[in-house]
Amino acid sequence: MMAWAMEWVPVLIKILVAFFVVLTLTAYLTLAERKFSAYMQDRCGPNRTGPFGLLQPLADGIKFIFKEDVIPTEVHRTYYVLAPALLLVPALLGYIVIPFGDTLIVAGRTIPLQIADVDLGILYIFAIAGLSVYGLFMAGWASNNKYSLLGGLRSSAQMVSYELTLGLSLVGALLVFGTSNLRDIVHLQTGHWDLGPLSIPKWGIFLQPLGFLLFLVSAFAESNRLPFDLPEAENELVGGYHTEYGSMKFAMFFMGEYIGMITMSALATTFFFGGWHVPGLAALNLSHNAAALAGVAAFCLKTGFFLFLFIWVRWTLPRFRYDQLMSLSWKGVFPAAMLNVFLTGFCLYAFHRFM
Amino acid sequence: MRSQYIPVLIQLALAAGFAGSLLVLTHLFGPSRPAAAKLSPFECGVDPVDQAHHRFSVKFYLVAMLFILFDIEAIFFYPWALIFKGAISSGLFLLIEMGTFALVLLAGFFYIWRKGVLEWA
Repeated sequence: MMAWAMEWVPVLIKILVAFFVVLTLTAYLTLAERKFSAYMQDRCGPNRTGPFGLLQPLADGIKFIFKEDVIPTEVHRTYYVLAPALLLVPALLGYIVIPFGDTLIVAGRTIPLQIADVDLGILYIFAIAGLSVYGLFMAGWASNNKYSLLGGLRSSAQMVSYELTLGLSLVGALLVFGTSNLRDIVHLQTGHWDLGPLSIPKWGIFLQPLGFLLFLVSAFAESNRLPFDLPEAENELVGGYHTEYGSMKFAMFFMGEYIGMITMSALATTFFFGGWHVPGLAALNLSHNAAALAGVAAFCLKTGFFLFLFIWVRWTLPRFRYDQLMSLSWKGVFPAAMLNVFLTGFCLYAFHRFM
Repeated sequence: MRSQYIPVLIQLALAAGFAGSLLVLTHLFGPSRPAAAKLSPFECGVDPVDQAHHRFSVKFYLVAMLFILFDIEAIFFYPWALIFKGAISSGLFLLIEMGTFALVLLAGFFYIWRKGVLEWA
C-alpha cells in the first residue's frame, strides 16, 4: 500500500499542478495577447479590472459561465454540444508527455519532472493532436449554418494538410536524435560543442535549421493562428466554425486553441532549443534540485518566448488567401520537408564516413 | 511498459470531467430567455435561406484523400528515422532504400500536381 502510494501520489500531484498551471496560463495568455496587441497598436488594452487589468481573465471566465447557453433550433443537438468538449479534451491530453524539467530528489526518491514518460513521445502528441479535427468539423457541421459549415470545411482541410507537414518536418530531427522519447531528446541536447573560442550548446536548432523553420510554419497553421487563421477569417466567414456558439462553449474552443499553442511552443522548445537545458549551468556546481528548478524556469522562459512569437507574428503578417495557404503546404513545405529528411540523412552518413 | 500510459488515463478522466462540468455549469447558471430570432441560424440578420447542408466543393474530399495517402506514407519514415543512427554503417543502403520509396511517393505527388489537384483557383 505504501509503495503504491509513494509511486502514484507524486504523479497525481504533477497532473493537478500542471493542469492548474496550463489553465491559468491559458487564461493569462488571452490577457497577454490583448495587452501586447494593444501596445503594438498604440492602445492600452484592458486596464479596468484590477491593476493593469490582471483580473480580466477571471472576469471573462465568470461572464462566460453566466451567459445564456443558447442552443439554436436548427442544430444537431448532440454533436453541437459535444463538439467543444471534443476539441478541448485532446488539447488537454497533448502536453502531458512533454518534459518540463530534469529530476527532483525528494526524500531519497527521484521524481522526473514530466507527467507521462511515454516512449512514443512525439507520435503520441501527433496522434492526439489529430483528434482535434473531429471537434472542429463536428462544430461546423452540427451548427447547420452556412458560415460554420464553410469554416469547418476550411479548417479541417487546413489542419490535415499541415498535420502532414508537421509530422514530416520533425523526421529530420528524429534522424539526428535517433529516439522518439522526448526526455531522451532533451538529454541528447545537454552539453556543448567547442568550436575554437566559441562554445555552442548542442541544441537541435543548430542541426536542423530548415526543419525548425518548417516546423514553425506548420505549428502556426496547425494552431489556426494568423497568418493562417482562415477558419475564423471574420470578414469572409463571420466566426468560422464557432459562429453559432456562445457562453462557455465558445470559450472552450478558445481554450483548446490556446492550449494547442502552448503545446506547440513547448514542443519547439523540446526539439530545437534544448528543453530545460541552460547553457553553462553545469559550471556553476549547483545542487541537483536547484539546477532542476533553474531548468524548469528556463523551459518556461523558452516556451514563453514562442508564445510571444505567436502574438508578435499575428500583428506583423497579413492573412494568407486560402489557395495560397493550401499551395504553401502542398507545394512548399511538403517538398522542402522531404528534402530536409534526405539532406539530414545524407549529412549524417557523410559525417560518419569521412570524419 | 504499460504503466507509462496510466497517467494519460488519469489525465483523460480529468480533462473529460473538466470539459463536461464546464458544459453543465454554463447550462445551469446561464439565464434562459429563448426568442425566435435568437434561436435561428445566424445569417447576418437576414432570414435564413434554406438548410446549410448543401453540396460543397469536391476539393475538400480530394484533400482528405491525399492526406490519408501521404500521412500513411509519412508514418513509414518514422521507424526508418529512428533506426538510422544505430545502423549508420550501412547508412548508404538505408538512404537508397528510403530514397526509392520516396521516389515512388514523389512520382505520385508530381502526378497530382500536374493534374491540377493542388490548384484552388
